Amino acid sequence: MTDRQINSPESGDAENAVAGPANSARGFSVELGIDKPLRLDSEAELGPFAMAYQTYGTLNADKSNAILVCHALTGDQFILGPHPISGRAGWWEHMVGPGKTLDTDRYYIICSNVLGGCMGTVGPQDINPSTGKSYGLDFPIITIKDMVEAQAMLLDYLDIDQLFSVIGGSMGGMQVLQWATSYSERCFTAVPIAGAARHSAQNIAFHEVGRQAIMADPEWSEGGYLVGDTFPVRGLAVARMAGHITYLSEAALHRKFGRALQDRAEVSYGFDADFQVESYLRHQGISFVERFDANSYLYITRAMDYFDLAAEHGGVLAKAFQDVATRFCVISITSDWLYPTSESREVVRALNSVAANVSFVEIVSDKGHDAFLLDEPKMFETLGGFLTGAAKLRGINEGAAKLRGLNGASAPGGSE
Amino acid sequence: MITSRNSPNWTKRPDLTLIAEMVEPSTRVLDIGCGDGLLLELLTEEKGVDGRGVEISQEGVSACVSRGLSVIQGNAETDLYDYPDGAFDYAILGMTLPALHQPREILLELLRVGQRAIVSIPNSGFWRHRLYLLFEGRIPDMGAHSTGWYDTPNLHPCSIRDFVILCRSLGIVIERRVQLDARGRATRFRGTGAFANMFGKQAVFLLSKNS
Repeated sequence: MTDRQINSPESGDAENAVAGPANSARGFSVELGIDKPLRLDSEAELGPFAMAYQTYGTLNADKSNAILVCHALTGDQFILGPHPISGRAGWWEHMVGPGKTLDTDRYYIICSNVLGGCMGTVGPQDINPSTGKSYGLDFPIITIKDMVEAQAMLLDYLDIDQLFSVIGGSMGGMQVLQWATSYSERCFTAVPIAGAARHSAQNIAFHEVGRQAIMADPEWSEGGYLVGDTFPVRGLAVARMAGHITYLSEAALHRKFGRALQDRAEVSYGFDADFQVESYLRHQGISFVERFDANSYLYITRAMDYFDLAAEHGGVLAKAFQDVATRFCVISITSDWLYPTSESREVVRALNSVAANVSFVEIVSDKGHDAFLLDEPKMFETLGGFLTGAAKLRGINEGAAKLRGLNGASAPGGSE
Repeated sequence: MITSRNSPNWTKRPDLTLIAEMVEPSTRVLDIGCGDGLLLELLTEEKGVDGRGVEISQEGVSACVSRGLSVIQGNAETDLYDYPDGAFDYAILGMTLPALHQPREILLELLRVGQRAIVSIPNSGFWRHRLYLLFEGRIPDMGAHSTGWYDTPNLHPCSIRDFVILCRSLGIVIERRVQLDARGRATRFRGTGAFANMFGKQAVFLLSKNS
């Protein structure tokens, strides 16, 4: 497992695909909001609803070693592989596992599929109980805060009061910040990586390109494609292609492909995928369609666009962090132009202005936004040390959770 | 983990021992330009302080954070302004004052975010520097360990006397002042400071606001 190459949800290289048996098991799923539905930011109510999750490692006796990992836009709960659909390695195998930075011998790692997702948690592809057909665009608009509220319900179900840490990159980083402001007392530490406290105009603009690509596909059928048994393959693939470019730096793209041609000695004077970079992007688009739902893409990108942590605090970000006791470790990447260091620095500024306990490091990497998913030793070293120091304060013993239950063998109340 | 005092880097910074001695136990401390976190670690372990740091290099920050210290990657001249008034009992600035673009403003900032400030400086008035300029006719290095005047980080060299005069003009009270001689030993020059300014190679000041 440790020598597997990563297949990230945001950059998954075809070349790095791990051949393995397709596992049809979708992991754990729980019905939430049975007694009291989840009231969304949009004021719609959701419930009861399904929440799918995975766990790795073992919860210790005093339940102090739980870490919630929040996945990014196109990620899911399968941090470690094999992925039940693609059969590939998980999206954060560099970070999570026995002896890794998020050491499953020491910590109990929980990762749930976000609200609106398409890997088991309720989303627009699911059946609307009031119509008996899949929701499509009748699914309520969700926000990052709604995602966090649903995760909090999952923690209640798992009977975990306080997380040792809540960690995530990109959209996961936004959830981390929301966690630390909505439920500071439930987060001993918080680690937003390559994230931001709000979506910038540029972020929204790129998402709008993706959404328009999906909606322009006639197969999308105003979001009702599942009823008619069609699928906006082309639209979703183009959305993924556009998105994928934003996850990489110019330097990373150039190093990987340059102007190299694909399986030919000279250009074709046509619109074939002459260049390797074109072929690569097309492959990214097509393989993405196999595992992701087009409407989910619309809903989740919308949730990100709506995210503005300061807005609910009178436009002053610092107010969001007033009286937080959580210890923060904010991490950014030098070449990330999608969620640049300046965005993380805004968060650090706000935290400093309320004298919160914060560490901040900008990891030097030329791999762009996706670097947070890749093998970045400095990131592992810094985060690992941060967690070890915090674990000492929290009284989590090294090797307290010796028995390892991969894929949540020890999770309470789990079912397929 | 080796303790700070046993680290080879500790012996290169004799001022750190003096700074550590000036800090009362169980206080809140901000160390600006904390490097690899030797001082913060020592203060945390031996004095139980709640310590924070600001460091400009990724290497330094990674070294600090990976040892469990709370340190942000930042710059004293831009990031100090974010902290609220009186957030710390001590704001520490070790040996970096002459390297700042606006040492005067930062000195005031230290005493805004900290109830007290502890500042150590290399003394440009040290006798060897004076003689070097007098006899060689060249600008002395003054403790910056640079290869020449053209790349010295010391943008604003100052002597102990310069510093004392600046504090006086800003209404800053010097509660304590200790000089280090060429061997890094603390000396006790008193009086007007003329001896200190001649024979102190470095100096450490405990400062507070004139109330």
